[in-house]
Amino acid sequence: MAPLQPPRRKDPLKRTRLPLLPPGQRSRAAHHLTAAAAEGRFALPRCAACGTFHFPVREACPDCLSARIEMVEAPAGATVLSQTTAEVPADNYFRERAPWRVGLVKMDAGPTALVHLHPEGIAGSRVRLALMLDRAGQAVLYAGPEQKGADPMTDPQWREMTADPLHRRVLITDARSFAAPALAKALVAAGAREVRLGLPEAWKPFAAEKLTALPGVSVVPLDLGSERSVADHVRDYGGKTEIVINTADHMRPGGALGGSLTATRDAMEAVVFDPMRLAQALAPAMIGRGADGPTGAAAWVNLLSVHALAPSPALAGWSAAQAAALAWSHSLRADLAQGGVKLLNLFCGPTDSDWFQTWPQPKVGGAAVASAAVSGLKRGLEEMFVGDVAKDIQARLAANPKAVEREMRQG
Amino acid sequence: MTNPLTLLVSALGSGVVEVVDLTQTLREDSPTIVLPPEFGASAPVRIERISRYDANGPAWYWNNLSFGEHTGTHFDAPVHWFTGRDLPLNTVDTLPVADMIAPACVIDCSVESADPDFLLTIAHVEAWEAKHGRIPARAWVLMRSDWSKRQGAAYANLRDDGAHTPGPDAAVMRWLVEERGILGFGTETIGTDAGQGGHLTPPYPAHHYLHGAGRYGLQCLAALDRLPPTGAVILAAPLKVHEGSGSPLRVLALIPKEG
Repeated sequence: MAPLQPPRRKDPLKRTRLPLLPPGQRSRAAHHLTAAAAEGRFALPRCAACGTFHFPVREACPDCLSARIEMVEAPAGATVLSQTTAEVPADNYFRERAPWRVGLVKMDAGPTALVHLHPEGIAGSRVRLALMLDRAGQAVLYAGPEQKGADPMTDPQWREMTADPLHRRVLITDARSFAAPALAKALVAAGAREVRLGLPEAWKPFAAEKLTALPGVSVVPLDLGSERSVADHVRDYGGKTEIVINTADHMRPGGALGGSLTATRDAMEAVVFDPMRLAQALAPAMIGRGADGPTGAAAWVNLLSVHALAPSPALAGWSAAQAAALAWSHSLRADLAQGGVKLLNLFCGPTDSDWFQTWPQPKVGGAAVASAAVSGLKRGLEEMFVGDVAKDIQARLAANPKAVEREMRQG
Repeated sequence: MTNPLTLLVSALGSGVVEVVDLTQTLREDSPTIVLPPEFGASAPVRIERISRYDANGPAWYWNNLSFGEHTGTHFDAPVHWFTGRDLPLNTVDTLPVADMIAPACVIDCSVESADPDFLLTIAHVEAWEAKHGRIPARAWVLMRSDWSKRQGAAYANLRDDGAHTPGPDAAVMRWLVEERGILGFGTETIGTDAGQGGHLTPPYPAHHYLHGAGRYGLQCLAALDRLPPTGAVILAAPLKVHEGSGSPLRVLALIPKEG
């Protein structure tokens, strides 16, 4: 397949295609696959009694009838048994995107499954499976080329399930964020058509030249705390933003009793209310453009802290703001899903920013955030843990959340 | 006896006395004082709509406002600085209302203020007095710099060593307060002190001497170029905020019509 070309200017006489979604109903058990797909893991249900992998997720093992089903990382290789191309699918979503290739594969893990199949996959060929979130946010199997380094981005079916920055226009909400320069650089490298960085309090000094030297990068005044500033930005760019990377933050240390309420309010404003203000103005336009061609509106990315999930008593107010931002992000995700627009939360450990100066290493630098954001967009993920501290806390939370609560007292 | 206000009303009506607005519009993007982030920061100006003839209020338009006491064109009460903390009537809700209407001497520093680090000295003021007469007690001294004509970054003029904006030096502030008994000192910049006033001795001398003597500050004023050197009357009534250290306000000047 030829690489995706930059989009042509739209024909103003044509109506923008409204977003349709693939079928979205799933059983409760099937959401075990959603959880794996959200993080980009290839996990399958396996019987804890007899060790047999199966697919789809069932209530009991089809081999031994045990109800002890667990989700386990599985080998991702498979062999195509047969393939077909749906030229005129009955479902409107697929018909608009036809021809659509599907195949039957025999997984190395054992089960046989119907999959979305990459263009070169034919009977007998080897493929590599991935659990993907489709436009409806549901887990599906995609069979891509087996060889490492193969770029599935040329496949429109893969692109439907991801939010690749290629040829898209990106808004980074706070140009003053520690991660902004690395994000801009990484997005340009990933082929973003435009990268716009919002500059709050434009009357304060800011060395924009370093950023705007990159092709397609601009810095524009944008103060998420101001209704007027946000509304003005959306008037200009509402229809010209396909990816938002929300980097707004305001970390100030302080415990539950000793911390400053003003600082906590400032954190709530910056981390919760400011992105809300932007989303209420901008997200409806993105939802409306969720099916606006192969480079239509695709994703909203939040740069959050892992302390949204595991509050640090030393950062009580800020952790609460992070938790509030996380809670609200799930509601925003539900709204964005109406347009097939994804929401990716990046959970970071302590970052390489001024306010974590005295915290022990390892800390998350801008490059790590940027690399995670681009990778997550290219893979269509919903959740990523960035840095060793965040990954460690994620694992410990899965094992014993109460232990994490106690351990957080030690910092 | 004739009511003297009749004369004033008549003068205002005939235009013999003009009203000049010395106030900058309170906007969300107005620059505010910048302190090191480890200190508490003033809340910026926020204007959030409650309704505008819409579902939230079909026939009416109104907003919620929030801002720090020291945002926009604002008034500094003596309690704002530690030197004035023990004085009586040192908050905006208690300060004598008679002080809210007072004459002004306007010192034109607009040429010198092309240098952002210009400092007003006793010599400058003495030269002004030689032309316009001695500054009377209980008068405002307003330092015209024309900096209110600047906007945004040029107005705040922040560099990596802080703000660079014109203001008074330490000696002239002490002299104005102790030798001239001024009511207050006003500027067109952010702060009654120079941008680098923290490096003077004492630091922030306008705040130090004015508030220590129970006098007031006005900053972020506008249109001082419309005032005569003497003869203007300033109306500056801050909001009556309980134990407030200052407040945004509308500052008006009454001036005799030229010619």
